[in-house]
Amino acid sequence: MLDATPSPNRLPCATGVGYKAAYFDAITADPGPVAWVEIHAENYMGEGGRPLAQLRHLAERFAISVHGVGLSIGGEGPLDRDHLARLKHLIGWLDPASFSEHLAWSTHETGFLNDLLPLPYTQATLARVADHIDEVQDALGRRMLLENPSTYLAFQASEMSEIDFLSALTRRTGCGLLLDVNNVFVSATNQQTDATSYIDAFPLHTVGEIHLGGHSEDADDHGAPLLIDSHDAPVVDPVWALYAHTIARGGRKPTLIEWDSDLPDWPVLRAEAERAHGVLEGVRP
Amino acid sequence: MSFETAFAAALLDPERPAPEGLFDPEGRPAGKRYDVYRNNVVVSLTDALGVAFPVIRALVGEANFRVLARAFLAGHPPRDPRLMLWGDALPGFLETYPRVRTLGYLPDVARLEQAMRESYHAADAPAFDPAGLAALPPEKLTEATFAVAPSVRLLSSRWPALSIWRYNAEPGAPKPQMAAEDVLVSRPGFDPVARLLPTGGAAFAGALAGGAPLGAALGADGVPADFDLDAALTALLQGGAFTQTGDPS
Repeated sequence: MLDATPSPNRLPCATGVGYKAAYFDAITADPGPVAWVEIHAENYMGEGGRPLAQLRHLAERFAISVHGVGLSIGGEGPLDRDHLARLKHLIGWLDPASFSEHLAWSTHETGFLNDLLPLPYTQATLARVADHIDEVQDALGRRMLLENPSTYLAFQASEMSEIDFLSALTRRTGCGLLLDVNNVFVSATNQQTDATSYIDAFPLHTVGEIHLGGHSEDADDHGAPLLIDSHDAPVVDPVWALYAHTIARGGRKPTLIEWDSDLPDWPVLRAEAERAHGVLEGVRP
Repeated sequence: MSFETAFAAALLDPERPAPEGLFDPEGRPAGKRYDVYRNNVVVSLTDALGVAFPVIRALVGEANFRVLARAFLAGHPPRDPRLMLWGDALPGFLETYPRVRTLGYLPDVARLEQAMRESYHAADAPAFDPAGLAALPPEKLTEATFAVAPSVRLLSSRWPALSIWRYNAEPGAPKPQMAAEDVLVSRPGFDPVARLLPTGGAAFAGALAGGAPLGAALGADGVPADFDLDAALTALLQGGAFTQTGDPS
């Protein structure tokens, strides 16, 4: 490692892919450079059957990253203790190389909304998110990574930048960060800020994992570009360039290709992993 | 009202304007930018429900299904992040939703689809060895008890729920004829299978699952005097519905 901070997880400094059941045969027969896979925690909270059997099999072959999408760490209300217990059970038996979640909320009194919803960056939300991260890390007995969001709008209430907010969380809780480079590009485009400057200001020494994924393009009410974090397409060239810049600046990091809908055939996803592998290999460890 | 309450309230209500205090980079109201979240919530949950209930979707048609799903999720949003089982309230919702009230069979077809989902994610259980049953002296058979696998679900429908499901899920399946149907859902391996049970079969298997010995299960409410025990046991054994027998002595 270039820096003195111990890595917040045990993922290999190599490429991984978001795992989907459709890839089970292909990824085990022909993984290419893929050394680890990431699963969505909530899909493995059943009692048994094929999903858990596949996961046990994958865990013998690949390092596993568990990525939660439903903990609602950014939410106003208390964490769902039942959900945290289910997560603790999964983490307990699987002992994955990493656990990560999002700087977002997804559950309110009305129920689970199945989206990563945004929050204003204030002292009050900072204190609450820090408490939630402490609770998760205490329950799981391990450090977690928190992912920067894709944002589509800004809050009048925000008092600090996203990077100041994330940096403060790492200091208060000891958590690491998951840097989604596509999210950086999407947010910078949508907020009309500079993506490279964001990377340059980001506390890269706390980053335990990088995400790369595809987005879709739309426009807002005034015709300004509005990118949507859809995970249904290849990584675009400007995001590859931003990724190379990130790795050159921060050193090699475990890097994931995320593709969650309109899934391509395995060779297409593997080729994305190979491209990331090439970037990692071109940089000193 | 907190920012989150205001933000959440408008997500599921297209009539509400976007909440206050949300802006674009030029300081103008967020407008369509807020609608990205609204759209993500509604579309992702509608898609999830469609994946979960493909035959209901086929029966009512894609456009109707999306309207129906929109109404369902407004009243029955997921209670927790495990979408794998969300939709258990759909059969009851279909019983009262005005636009499909003439399709009386829809709720039971939805119950069958939900049963298949639950079976898919149910706990694994060791396979039952039927040799023990075959070795049992006939006079002991009525005293035998059975452990029913966690993946078993039973449905007693006054509609041909299984035939309707097959007709829409399996190419070449015969056109359904009006008849009540009892259905066993079980998981011999990793893929749930739905099988027809003889009339009274759901009540019989339900009694076994509740711990009744075979003889008592034959006398359970809903099991007719001319119950076809051979057909029921064949379906249960072929479906891998049992994990082990209890001590029949």
